[in-house]
Formats: sequence, structure tokens, C-alpha cells
Amino acid sequence: MIVGERKPLNQIRAMLEPYRKILILGCGECVSVCMAGGEKEVGVLASQLRMLYKKEKREIEIEEATLIRQCDREYIEPYLDKIYQADVILSMACGVGVQYVGEVAGERVIVLPAVDTKFYGANLDAGIWAERCAGCGNCILDKTAGICPIARCAKRLLNGPCGGSQGGKCEIDPEVECAWQLIYDRLKERGQLELLEDIVPTKNWKPSLSGGPRKVIREDVRP
Amino acid sequence: MGDFEPRIVGIFCHYCALAAQDVAGKARVNFPPHIREVRVLCTGKVDVLHILKALEEGADGVLIMGCKIGECYFKEGNIKAFKRVDYARKLLEEVGLEGERVQMYEVPGPMGSRFADIITEMTEKIKSLGPSPLGR
Amino acid sequence: MKSEGALEKILEKGEFAVTGELGPPKGNDVEVIRQKAEYLRGNVDAINVTDNQTSIVRMSSIATCALLVQMRLEPVMQMVTRDRNRIAIQSDIFGATALGIKNILCLSGDHQIFGNQKEAANVFDIDSIQLIQCVKTMRDEGTLLGGEEKIEGKIRLFIGAAANPFADPFEFRVVRLAKKGKAGVDFIQTQCIYDMDRFKEWMRMVRERGLHKRVHILAGVTPLKSGGMARYMAKNVAGITIPDSIIGRMVKAKEPVQEGVKICVEQIEQLRQIEGVHGIHLMAIEWEQRVPEIVKQAGLLPRPTAS
Repeated sequence: MIVGERKPLNQIRAMLEPYRKILILGCGECVSVCMAGGEKEVGVLASQLRMLYKKEKREIEIEEATLIRQCDREYIEPYLDKIYQADVILSMACGVGVQYVGEVAGERVIVLPAVDTKFYGANLDAGIWAERCAGCGNCILDKTAGICPIARCAKRLLNGPCGGSQGGKCEIDPEVECAWQLIYDRLKERGQLELLEDIVPTKNWKPSLSGGPRKVIREDVRP
Repeated sequence: MGDFEPRIVGIFCHYCALAAQDVAGKARVNFPPHIREVRVLCTGKVDVLHILKALEEGADGVLIMGCKIGECYFKEGNIKAFKRVDYARKLLEEVGLEGERVQMYEVPGPMGSRFADIITEMTEKIKSLGPSPLGR
Repeated sequence: MKSEGALEKILEKGEFAVTGELGPPKGNDVEVIRQKAEYLRGNVDAINVTDNQTSIVRMSSIATCALLVQMRLEPVMQMVTRDRNRIAIQSDIFGATALGIKNILCLSGDHQIFGNQKEAANVFDIDSIQLIQCVKTMRDEGTLLGGEEKIEGKIRLFIGAAANPFADPFEFRVVRLAKKGKAGVDFIQTQCIYDMDRFKEWMRMVRERGLHKRVHILAGVTPLKSGGMARYMAKNVAGITIPDSIIGRMVKAKEPVQEGVKICVEQIEQLRQIEGVHGIHLMAIEWEQRVPEIVKQAGLLPRPTAS
């Protein structure tokens, strides 16, 4: 899922300075699962903001709503009335939702981000999410024993490990596992170490973010 | 703050906390009357939002009382509650409210005197912090 | 001949080679380069120039190498893939060879988190092994990466890479070296060696694969300055292990500088005995003035004149 973290309150508050009627919009998908922007988090943020404004004796109206998700027009449209009534929308979705609500609602609607979108990751355990995919557009997991060196190697090496790999950890942080050590261990388990003797050629980065904004189109379902 | 009478929301678990309150009541132990009581089956039921809402709505403090760690009827409910209290404090600090306005205490079974002590301690603490900066 | 450079000639002749290292200045003070270079002149066969090592911004390797060429010294241009994509890399190789640079050392590079511009985005378009392949393609096929674009002129370079016998996974290090050999590397410089036993074990595995015959291995040595330095390096520098016996000698020494030189000379003598070691890479970083006495005491003078 997409993993994000809510911004610090003072940053959010600074963004909201010019507005009197705020609609906080949560999202029921990824940000709910990683506890950054779901219904609960909307409630918590709304409560904090109300306390803040009460303390400052400011009359600010705060509405709350949580959409099933903010990346499909069908789920945004039922809330357009509510959206048009507010001065500003504070979206707790990932960067996609923040932008798409704006696209669907129209250019006069101001949508601000309350969440910092971080990465595609998995939920390792209660309260821990870790990055696993870089969205490079050309998956090579079949060649790397199911461990992605683009997302999990700090240098994106395809012929790793580098000389900084020590004790199975990456040179950048002793808490970060060396992806190539993981790949090595797994291939060793499978008796396939010889796969590592082949040189992996240079990567084609065209399908990645580097190549420019991307689109996927399915002609068979286009109207 | 001589005449400040704090408004404190007290969230008590059904097992140890209420048992202790019962004993305190029967023994007619004296303790300050400022607590607005909310009963939960287990402190594990308490959500961060409950704590925030109480303060948002004008409480000066929130007191949570549950069984001792290791003695929770539902095993780890109180452990989870302690973690949520820590988190709630962080959220309150972000708003500029004192985290100490939220306190969680363990009470070892039906000890009336301990119950009374906790109530007294909490009331004194909130009195010293003064009324909530949010105003009424 | 791949490069017509002195380093290549000396190694091909079967002579024991000595390379040194020079860190460019954190600015454009050419005098710093001149001073360091003069200590090395006549004491080493070629001089490595680091490329923004540990991600600290210094004068570019290519510019510094060009200055060394002007001073009639032979540089080994280190190039990392952290800061340049394949376009800039190949472009710099055109420029480097045009400026008379004959040796290149292909590296991935330390992560930018270690440096003085930690907020920078990194590149890592290609890795060190792909870089070796790229240079080999340019030199031997006369085309850019991809084989389509013909190069105007001839690229002549002696291709080097680094090897770390002390990094993990240990058993894999020789496989990685073999990969570099497969990619087309001509010579290897290792990380500085203090743990002689582990290095000997690594060399044994290297010889087992016959790699010492395909690739010239230069063993890395760095003289220690003090007990403090020994302790610091053992603890903080990734990829370096120092046996307690050596740390002990440095800590107890009455003249640590002399002891450091002594240990370094002993190491060189031991390394010369190991089959497959074709030279040493002497890294006296910010201590270039010690190089003449180390090389002299190790019996490596005079350096052969490459003809």
C-alpha cells in the first residue's frame, strides 16, 4: 500500500491560516491502513484543530468526512456539495487524492495536503511499515529472488553488494538491511548462487518516474 | 487558584477500578468530588479520541484507572491504554496543552484507600495546572 | 596496449607496481595539488585521484587529473556512479581521454548521506560493474553503451575497479571480483589491508579461480598515524578491520608515526610475497609526505621508467 505520515500540527495549521470553514477529508484505503489519514485520524486532527482554535478564541468551522477513496471520481462526486461549502479542503489522502479531489471539484477548490506520502510498502508488524517497491515500471523480481534492489538497495545496484555492506546492514544506517545480502542469503538457501555470477546489464529507466509522468490505458474498457 | 474547581473526566475499568471505588464508598473514605465518571469494561476500550474529546469539550483533566499490569482481566488492555495515554499526551503537546492533564493509574484490586488517594492526587495535580487553556 | 600508460606498461612487463593517492582540494586551490603531487613524483607509478570521496565536494577528479597530466604525472581517474548518469559519464570519458588521462577506476561511490551535501539527490543510473562494461565497450567496440552510436576517435583507457576483501558476504567477494573481471576490468585496487590472514585467504580463493592471471591485483596499504586513528578506523570506517595486535602496537608505541611507517613497510614486504599480488596501492591520505620514506624503506625505489 501507499504509506504516509501525517504532517506535524504546526505545519498543517500554518497552511490553514487564511481560512474559516475547513473540511477535513479522510480516505478509507491506504492511509487508513497505515493510520495516517483514515476516519480515526480525521477525528483526531479535527479535535486537535478545534482545541487549538478554542485556545486562540478563533471561530473556525471544522467539518469531517471520510471517502472510500480519493482516487476515483465516483467516490468524490457524492461529496461535492459538502466540498463546495467549505473555504478549504484539508485532504488526509496520499498525494494522489489531494490532487484528484482538486481535479474533480474544479480549479476554484483549494485542496491542501495533511499527509506526507512516503513510499509503497508492507505492514511488517503492528505499527511498522517498510518500503518495498519503487514503481520502476519494469519489475525484475523474478531475477532477484523476490527482493527488489531498486527499492531496497540505497544505491539501486543491480550487481551488488557494494563494499559498504557489513554484517548484513547497509552503510547508510545500521538499522537498514543490505538488500544484496538478503538476495544472496535467499539464493544460497535455494542453491541458486550461480545466478549471481551473471552480469545484470544497465537498467532502462524510461518506464520509471525518470522518463516522465506515466499513464496506463486499457482500450477494452474505454467508453 | 483558590476557587478553581477542576472538572475531571474519570474513566474507570469495570474490574479493579470499580471494585476499589465500591470499597471506598462502603468504608466512607473521603475523597474530592470533582470526577465525572465513565465506566468501561476494560481500559483497553479507551481510545485516543475519547481523551482528546473530553478535553476539547472543556474538561481540565482526564483520569484513567485500570488494573495493575499483569492483572488485567483482558490480559493486555491496560498495556494498550498506557500506550494510548502516551500518544494522547504527544497530541496535546502539539496543541499547546500540558500532557500531564491526562493521567493513567493502576489500582491493585479492591483497595478503597488507594482509590481515594489516586482521586486526591489527580485533583491536586489538575488544581496546580490550573483550568484548561481552552476555557469553558 | 590498451592505454599506452606507464601503469599498464609496468604491470604488463611483470614489474611490481606502486600507485599512490591524492585527494583534490575542497575548492580550486591548485597549489594544494602541486604540493601533494611533488611528494609522489618518482615514488609511485600512477596517482589515483578520488571523486568526491565520502560525498564531500572537492575539485572534480577529471579536472584534477588534467592538472596532473600537465605536471607530467600519470593519474588514475576515479569515477563514481553516484553523481553522474551514463550521458555525463561517457561524455567525461571523451573529455578525460582527450586531456591525456589513461587510467580509470570504476566505483559506485559512498552514499551522499556521508558528505557535506546530504540533501542532494543521487544518480546511480548505472553501477560500478556496468561502468566497467561501458568503458570496455567504448574502448574495444568504439561505440557508446548500447552499441549503436559510433565514437569519433579512439578511447584508450586502462580499466580499474576496487575490491574489498573484508566486506560481507565474505564468500561472495571473490565472485564479485570475477564479475568485474568478466565485465572487462584490467586491474584491481583493494581496500587497505591490516588483517593479513584474511587477505591471504581471499587471495587463495582468487587464485583458485585463476583470477590473478586475468586481472592485476594491487593490494591497498595505509600507514597509521596514531593509536587513536587505528581505533577510529577499526570502529567507524565501513569495510576496514584492524587486528588488535596492530592497534596494540600503535597505542603502545613511543613514536607512533614511526611505528605506523614500520608496520606499513612490514605489510608491503609480506604482500610482495603473496602470489598474485602485482603491486601495492599506497593510500597516505593527507599524509603524502610520508610516501617517499615508506617506498624507500620497502625497497621499492627507484621506480622503473616506463618506456
